Amino acid sequence: MPQLPPHELDVVDHIEQTRDSYSQLGYEPYRWALETEPPPFVAPTKPLAESRVALIGSGGVYHVGQVAFHHKDDTSHRRIPVDADIADLRTSHFAYDMTSARIDPNVVFPLDPLRRLVDEGVIGELAPQALAFMGGIYSQRRLREELIPALVTDIEAIEPDVILLVPV
Amino acid sequence: MGLIARHLEGLGYPTTSLSSAWSITASANPPRAAFLNYPLGHTAGRPNDLDGQTTIVRSALELLHSADTPGVVVPLEHRWPEEWRAKARTLSDNRTERHDTPQYQLPADELAAANSG
Repeated sequence: MPQLPPHELDVVDHIEQTRDSYSQLGYEPYRWALETEPPPFVAPTKPLAESRVALIGSGGVYHVGQVAFHHKDDTSHRRIPVDADIADLRTSHFAYDMTSARIDPNVVFPLDPLRRLVDEGVIGELAPQALAFMGGIYSQRRLREELIPALVTDIEAIEPDVILLVPV
Repeated sequence: MGLIARHLEGLGYPTTSLSSAWSITASANPPRAAFLNYPLGHTAGRPNDLDGQTTIVRSALELLHSADTPGVVVPLEHRWPEEWRAKARTLSDNRTERHDTPQYQLPADELAAANSG
């Protein structure tokens, strides 16, 4: 059984919402990943202040000059230079309200907060590229066979000590 | 994203996730997650609130050293100031049509992409 939220948080159950909305529209149910085995768990070898941090975000972020995501199970990803001006980031995604992300892409791709944490000495440095893709991929097979291997190749090249994941 | 976190952790990279969707994250069961009880589309905070965003991101990163249970989801203290749940709980389908061509935010972006070749 997945871990349940504390009652007092009054969380919105997005699985239930999506299932009920799709059912009302006559769509096939979206099959969320359900992992019952405990996840792998690796202890960091360095303090945060000495660590190189990589960012991966699924909010559909691209940089001006890059090709935007298409909305039919796009399994590609974009490499965003970690010193990118936040004003040069855009979003393209079929499934969430991008109003806030288009005002300030940091809400789904927090480059400015990470750069501030480097300036403050909380983290050591940022990996030279952050990675962005568009979540909501329906095919878990394509996620495993296309997106994950491509992300792994890039992660291996930038050699982070730890990775921050920001889904939407 | 939970599957990606599990895969990367399995390769030896310590990962930490932010999440604003408890049920989705708990179901995919990533190694560690900080839960932010905000409306979807604000996983790292509110727009133009660098202080708040930085605190949120820092909390997620600190889990790398403080979390000791695989799969733990830790709620953050931040509260969205306005009422938002009623709308989120209304059954609706706000997804855009799923075109198989690039969907640019701005028309000028398409030109910029073409010029970058």
